[in-house]
Amino acid sequence: MATITGSMVGVLRRPTSHYGVWSWMTTVDHKRIGVLYGVTSFIFFLIGGVEALVLRLQLAFPDGKVVDPEVFNQLFTMHATTMVFLVIMPLSAAFFNFLIPLQIGARDVAFPRLNAFSYWVFVAGGVFINSSFLFGGAPNAGWFGYANLTSRAFNAGSGVDFWALGLLGLGTASLAASFNFIVTILNMRAPGMTMMRMPLFTWMTLVVAFLLIFAMPIIAVALIQLELDRSPLATNFFNPANGGDPILWQHLFWLFGHPEVYILILPAMGIVSEVLPTFARKPLFGYPAVVFAGVFIGFMGWGVWAHHMFTVGLGPVANSVFAVTTMFIAVPTGIKIFNWIATLWGGSLKFTTAMLFSIGFISMFIIGGLSGLTHASPPTDYQQQDTYYIVAHFHYVLFGGSILALFSGFYFWWPKGTGKLLDEGLGKLNFWLMIIGMNLTFGPMHILGLNGMPRRIYTYPSGMGWEFWNLIETAGSLVIALSVLVFIINVVRTSRNGKEAGPDPWDGRTLEWSIPSPPPEYNFATVPVVQGRDAFWIEKYGLHGGEGAHHAAPPSHTAGSGNGDGHAIHMPQGSYLPMVTAFGQTLMLAGVIFGYWLSGVGLVIMLGGVYAWCSEPVSD
Amino acid sequence: MRNLAQSSLPARAATGLAKGATLSSRRSAAASFLSLVLVGVLALFITSCSGKDPQDTLSSVGEVAKKQQELFWIIFAWAALVFVLVQGLLLFILFRFRRRSENEMPAQTHGNTRLEIAWTLAPVVILVSVAIPTVASIFDLAKEHDVSMQVKVIGHQWWWEFQYPGLGVVTANELHLPVGEVVAFDLQSADVIHSFWVPKLAGKQDVVPGRSNPLTIKVDEPGTFLGQCAELCGIQHAQMKFRVVVQEKAQFDQWVKDQRTPVQPPGDPAMVKGSLIVQQKCSACHTIQGLAGAVGKVGPTLTHIGGRGTIAAGVLNNTPENLARWIRDPQEVKRGALMPNLGLTEDEIQAVVPYLLSLK
Repeated sequence: MATITGSMVGVLRRPTSHYGVWSWMTTVDHKRIGVLYGVTSFIFFLIGGVEALVLRLQLAFPDGKVVDPEVFNQLFTMHATTMVFLVIMPLSAAFFNFLIPLQIGARDVAFPRLNAFSYWVFVAGGVFINSSFLFGGAPNAGWFGYANLTSRAFNAGSGVDFWALGLLGLGTASLAASFNFIVTILNMRAPGMTMMRMPLFTWMTLVVAFLLIFAMPIIAVALIQLELDRSPLATNFFNPANGGDPILWQHLFWLFGHPEVYILILPAMGIVSEVLPTFARKPLFGYPAVVFAGVFIGFMGWGVWAHHMFTVGLGPVANSVFAVTTMFIAVPTGIKIFNWIATLWGGSLKFTTAMLFSIGFISMFIIGGLSGLTHASPPTDYQQQDTYYIVAHFHYVLFGGSILALFSGFYFWWPKGTGKLLDEGLGKLNFWLMIIGMNLTFGPMHILGLNGMPRRIYTYPSGMGWEFWNLIETAGSLVIALSVLVFIINVVRTSRNGKEAGPDPWDGRTLEWSIPSPPPEYNFATVPVVQGRDAFWIEKYGLHGGEGAHHAAPPSHTAGSGNGDGHAIHMPQGSYLPMVTAFGQTLMLAGVIFGYWLSGVGLVIMLGGVYAWCSEPVSD
Repeated sequence: MRNLAQSSLPARAATGLAKGATLSSRRSAAASFLSLVLVGVLALFITSCSGKDPQDTLSSVGEVAKKQQELFWIIFAWAALVFVLVQGLLLFILFRFRRRSENEMPAQTHGNTRLEIAWTLAPVVILVSVAIPTVASIFDLAKEHDVSMQVKVIGHQWWWEFQYPGLGVVTANELHLPVGEVVAFDLQSADVIHSFWVPKLAGKQDVVPGRSNPLTIKVDEPGTFLGQCAELCGIQHAQMKFRVVVQEKAQFDQWVKDQRTPVQPPGDPAMVKGSLIVQQKCSACHTIQGLAGAVGKVGPTLTHIGGRGTIAAGVLNNTPENLARWIRDPQEVKRGALMPNLGLTEDEIQAVVPYLLSLK
């Protein structure tokens, strides 16, 4: 075995090309992996968006006939699964990957090949879940997959298996990436970059990574139990007929699922915390408070899960406790919002597209937070639970929150990644269409929910008072689609003839703006020495920044200048093996559906990949 | 915290206001949009309380729903206050502190401990004032009541069974209740998780297999109220509806009396033909008390189907045409429903429909 694998490694020499498709597929460069994450999850964003449009078309009028009820259930399940696991999480990962080493003054992440592995597992998992459309139907039990509707007895198709196994696979991608980023952030900071000098986005990434390594095992356990229940072993974890309990699933799912909400929103808060100070030309107000509020949200996120279950019948004591914990998570959230507003106060606000999206984030997130308060209270939640009011709430948080912030991040860091500025005119059109569209789409959902329209219904009759707002919502969703189209046009146009960005187009504050755009493979020719928070700002304006000094002296460590162009810097070489290992792992999972022989093949490929990975030569 | 403000915020605010007053009235697009949202959202909420819509939670009738609605308005008022203050402040800042010259360099304020403490405590105060009525309301709603009637609700994919254990009545998809009495519900499921919800009468309560969840309803005025399943329960979750008919005591007692009367053998030969087909084709799944052999438990009881307002769990009005359409092909009306296409001839359908509708 050893000799066979050894010779295989000999055949598979480490790839050395820096150009072409193959170099991208074997890359271990964190920036390229970040770009891959971004492009892939944007494609999933389009898929999930089209699913949402079909849902909206079906509901535009009473007695809609666009899709049949089974397809409707599949579409809303896949819309949510896609947007949560294949869009917001990996899109945040795109930013982690691209930015973290740049922000902390490192040349790469701690484990570059593990980083590539995370990406390939994510791609394979995403393709695997979506392939269910071709193999007899997608999952149809909602993104929360409540037992016992997911049992074989009530759900005979393999859609639920694609969903459960796919999420299991995606979980390993998140775990690998989280360990990688925790080690990177803790160990690879440039000299002088103490924890309390780290950029906010790096801090929020660290918190999210910890949340992921605790949350993912919980959902993994639940998913394995579900698959055991559905397997020929026919266990009874969630089967009430034989003493199991479907409510166990809900506890496990939301014990994962609520921290997951913060996994989705904290990176967005990190992005906003970078964009606002830059375009206000002021440091983030109350940096320590913002950091600790983020950490505190991360902790408290573990103590609120049962607010998803107020109507389950847990009793008045449990409902009271979870109501109170849920309300008090608003305190650290409020701290963040007030600090962002105070950052703007007294600033010199420049309304670039990135800034508009970040301001939009604050405004929309406040709405989502306040509607959340009304269903943090169980008696009012008894009326709101499982209605469109809840759909409105979490779209204000996840679209108005996460997605707007991620777009802010696109416009902000795009020039760093590509060297070209996105067009500001198209960018502002993008912003206004998106914010008008989202308010038209999700705003009326509050009204419909309070007017008694339940979620997840494929049709409704006329005469319920729901027609008008449903039509408005559908129109709004088309406006959102238009805004995304404008974004795509912007990207295509500016990649052809965009303005050169230069290293520091926004008068940036953090280290990534001190190096060329796009950054060289080695990031920093000389490792920067950090003197305080907003490290690059200090280099430009001095420690007491801004009061007198205007662009005093050019930063001393700007990459590439007079340092031998970094030719002497050794960077890790590409590798095929992360992709091979990820492929093997996904085959293993697919085998549960297509036959255990396939799992065997996958296991051999995965173990072979790991073995070769371990024995791969450092350089050829 | 060592990074105290280099210039105090209130002082800057004062100078800011003074400067702002002398500026031209040019407003940023962001500001005007946000003010639009501000007014719009509040206006939308107010227009939503029309009261005529059958499932409006803000024009509640039942005692429980009224309490929940009261609490909603208390919390909503707090939320609206915070919304106006914070969005208004944001709007002001965006207008007041917009960049006027590219060379502007604002004071590099790092923080202010007193402000941090203030905006940590302010939300705490608001949250406490929401938490107290919340917890009080939770325990108030969970209180033991002097119950005058018990109803057992059994959720099925995709219809509702209602049993009145004290009265010996079993019916489906149409719940009758007497005015002014406290009715205790015992919610159970025959298959997957459902959720029992009559928006105008009470907030929802999940119906969980293997459990028995309590819910109390008291309605003080007669009327017909719509309800529907609120938890995803499979392909026809959207069509798992029911209605609640709240009646004066005398009418309710009459209804109970009618329900307890088994069906009589038909005299009319056309009806006899219908009853024979029903006996042959329907009785394995449906119960009809008084019709020999019709004791099936899979589908809803048909004992008094002629007296119900709707069929197929609130999907169609109970007319001869609709009933014929349903029997002809249930899958055309409600795809995925557990009732199969029985393959009855048109002639048989025309015999079955009048017979079933005669079972009042």
